[in-house]
Amino acid sequence: MSGTLAAAPPSRLAWVMDRLWHHRSAQLGGAILAVILLSAAFAEFIAPHDPMAIDTLRRLSPPSATHWLGTDEVGRDLASRLIFGTRYFLMICLVTTVIAAGAGTVLGLISGAGPLVADAVIMRFVDVLLAFPTILLVLAVIAILGPSLLTAMVAVGIGNIPGYARLIRSAALTVRREEYVEAARALGASELRIIFGTVLPNIVSPLIVYTSYAMPLAALAAAALSFLGLGAQPPAPEWGAMLVNARSFLFTAWWAVAAPGLAIFAAILGLNLLGNALRDVLDPRDA
Amino acid sequence: MGGYIARRLLLAVPVVLGILFVTFLVRAVIPTDAVTAMYEGQITDQEAEATTALIRAKFHLDQPWYIQFAYYVRDVAHGDLGESVRLRRPVSEEIGYRYVNTLILTLTALLIGIVVGVPAGIIAAARKDTWMDVTAMTVGLLGISMPAFFFGLLLILVFAVWLELVPVVPRGGAALLLPALTLGLIEAAPISRLARSGMIEMLRRDHIRAARARGMGETAIILRHAVPGTLLAILTVVGLQFGQLLGGAFIIEVIFGWRGIGELAVKAIQWRDFALTQAIILVSAFSYLGINLVIDILYVWIDPRVDYSRA
Amino acid sequence: MPEPLLSVRGLATHFVTRRGTLRAVDGVDLDLAPGEVLGLVGESGCGKTVLALSLMRLVEPPGRIVAGRIAFDGSDVMAMDDKALSRLRGRGMGMIFQQPRTSLDPLIRIGNQISEPLMQHAGMSRAAAAREAIALLEAVGIPAAQARAKSYPHELSGGQAQRVMIAIALSLKPRLLIADEPTTSLDVTVQAQILALLRERCQALGTALILVTHDIGVVAQLADGVAVMYAGRVVEQGSVAAIFARPAHPYTQGLLQSAPVLGARRDRLNAIEGNIPDLSQPIAGCAFAPRCEARAAIGQRCDTDPPVPLPAGQDHMARCWRLAAA
Repeated sequence: MSGTLAAAPPSRLAWVMDRLWHHRSAQLGGAILAVILLSAAFAEFIAPHDPMAIDTLRRLSPPSATHWLGTDEVGRDLASRLIFGTRYFLMICLVTTVIAAGAGTVLGLISGAGPLVADAVIMRFVDVLLAFPTILLVLAVIAILGPSLLTAMVAVGIGNIPGYARLIRSAALTVRREEYVEAARALGASELRIIFGTVLPNIVSPLIVYTSYAMPLAALAAAALSFLGLGAQPPAPEWGAMLVNARSFLFTAWWAVAAPGLAIFAAILGLNLLGNALRDVLDPRDA
Repeated sequence: MGGYIARRLLLAVPVVLGILFVTFLVRAVIPTDAVTAMYEGQITDQEAEATTALIRAKFHLDQPWYIQFAYYVRDVAHGDLGESVRLRRPVSEEIGYRYVNTLILTLTALLIGIVVGVPAGIIAAARKDTWMDVTAMTVGLLGISMPAFFFGLLLILVFAVWLELVPVVPRGGAALLLPALTLGLIEAAPISRLARSGMIEMLRRDHIRAARARGMGETAIILRHAVPGTLLAILTVVGLQFGQLLGGAFIIEVIFGWRGIGELAVKAIQWRDFALTQAIILVSAFSYLGINLVIDILYVWIDPRVDYSRA
Repeated sequence: MPEPLLSVRGLATHFVTRRGTLRAVDGVDLDLAPGEVLGLVGESGCGKTVLALSLMRLVEPPGRIVAGRIAFDGSDVMAMDDKALSRLRGRGMGMIFQQPRTSLDPLIRIGNQISEPLMQHAGMSRAAAAREAIALLEAVGIPAAQARAKSYPHELSGGQAQRVMIAIALSLKPRLLIADEPTTSLDVTVQAQILALLRERCQALGTALILVTHDIGVVAQLADGVAVMYAGRVVEQGSVAAIFARPAHPYTQGLLQSAPVLGARRDRLNAIEGNIPDLSQPIAGCAFAPRCEARAAIGQRCDTDPPVPLPAGQDHMARCWRLAAA
């Protein structure tokens, strides 16, 4: 009779992290995001020049030894602006997702796990919001609040609330029907405890999967708004805003357009790669 | 069938009211600094206040909100979308031809997206995990990561400047080519993803296995049994994609100078022209509603499984 | 012994998943004479459905046939290319499944679904195939066949759908029909009808039938021979009479005892205790040993040596060490 103890099963989080570490998409996406995070954290040390320093003599110069990616229409160093721009990118991702996921989850939880009246009211409200293509909701919010980076982030956040709300609601509804919720209630647990104890852990997975789709789209939307002049305003080194003026010089100084454009593309690609990998790992259908 | 349509229209009523209310909110708020922005600082603060009061009276802003809303709904029902403060012209005039332009652009792009995306997705699913699939998926991934505005600029650079295939400022019908292509190719990426997953799901079904057991060839199975079901399944989602498409269209219009409502909307917001902004949002929302209504009805009509009395 | 229609030797089908390799079919030998009815019996998870699918090479990834020979009507099934397989299915072997309604294309009318293989494989014209389709519907007992042919699958009841499946499967007059749990999802009243229909149609066409089921009672009515499966292996095989009168394998005995008998009073149903083993782990010795009532009497061998087929009578074999002692 063997006397060895069975090894404790690895925690779910550890298992997910381990799988991701070996997943090719995650490696690539993770690398890109790591570069972005490091750039954001150490921008002052990495950037070769002051991102706001104007040098009209050297405006629109092509990539060179001093200016690795060239300069923009008023002579600012593109490389430095890209590096500082990572901060805007990260902020956009964070703010839009916190607003959308936060409000959406609260609404979804109340709707799915709370009183039926709340469900009816909230769902009508969400249905109306969903009747609008996201762009229109976003434009409406910006029209009311006035264009700026903050309003763009808030607008995109609000625009994505219905999607999260619906998702969390259906996840909560599924869990609610499970027997262990009934059991908890029978044992006298308060509604709040039930919601946080049983429902919440089970919506984490679909929430993460949905966010992996929604975050890159939100970041793209915010960048697009800046490009349209409705979000971050020049001279902020936000990648979308950088394209506003560079656009006029598309034919003469294409690098001024390519640099921020490719930065956005790479960042979104990184998010999508990571998202793909995450979904691969979390999706039970793969077993 | 008629009963279903009637019921569907009835369900749309609260949505219509909701749209009206949300767009109403856009105009219900007109702060003084917005008025100043409208006239671009050409007036003094006192004049701004006086003008604000005038505008407020004109839009019934001094009344309680439900009265305002009633006026608004009445106006819309009569086709009166208000007057653009900036352009000093009825909004409906301004929107008219631009709306058609946007529709042309969007529908053409949708067509391109479907023609490119659906076969790509179906082939990728049929050849799952082969190099074709991997290539299609990689291109798709790049497509959804690519910002529409950057892609548009890229295409202009490549086709108009470097390859000189298209004039930089095209006229007439040719002007539709690059914008529609840009939007269409970008749309093809999510559409191909949908088609692929829809097809993979379909190929797992029992009746596909039963068809194989009957000795049907793989190609015949795909074309006759898998594709029709997949197309039906993605029909509804395509309708929802239209919303994304609209967003993309707005951006593309600005890049290519395509005179549609998107281009106008951006200007309207920058001018803080609330009547104009509101009207554009209203018209777009109703269009989106209309399109999804048509798709819902189409879906029910095509699918023989649907029981009309319970739909 | 005349040349068997179907001859299977050492068939093994494995599923490679992240959790390990599932040995769903692990070395099966089978013989089937022309026109014979064979009942393939076992609990869910014993591998009988995978075996059925393997015969027609319909197993989908991550499953794969990893070993074995399948000889059908003189041809080597394992060596066939896609074209030959396509000819084999439908014309050589046919199959009907457990869920008849979902096995039909929901978007195409019944009549057209029956006509399709007729036009493709038998080269009939559209009109001729349509007529034949109606005749087939009548042969399987669908009333008002002409009108019914225009229906969609969702308009049929489960029993009717299964009749249609039988009609389609037999339309090209295959020499073997495999029925995978054909009545499990149907009403009890309809089950008997469908089984009777199957038997009648197969006899009329001279088609051999492999009836896959978990219900050993069903097999008693229809089959000539029985093969009992457990954990991916055939543990007992023989004629119906032999198996029912003198079941040799303890698992078979358990199955027979646990089958409820209409009309006989029982104090309680005797279920076989325990669960089927995890097929992704290698099994030492007899797979049934942990649940076997006879294990104690037989001895250590059950845990260490996997039992080989041993004779239990004329044309009757079982994989059980108990037979070795005799």
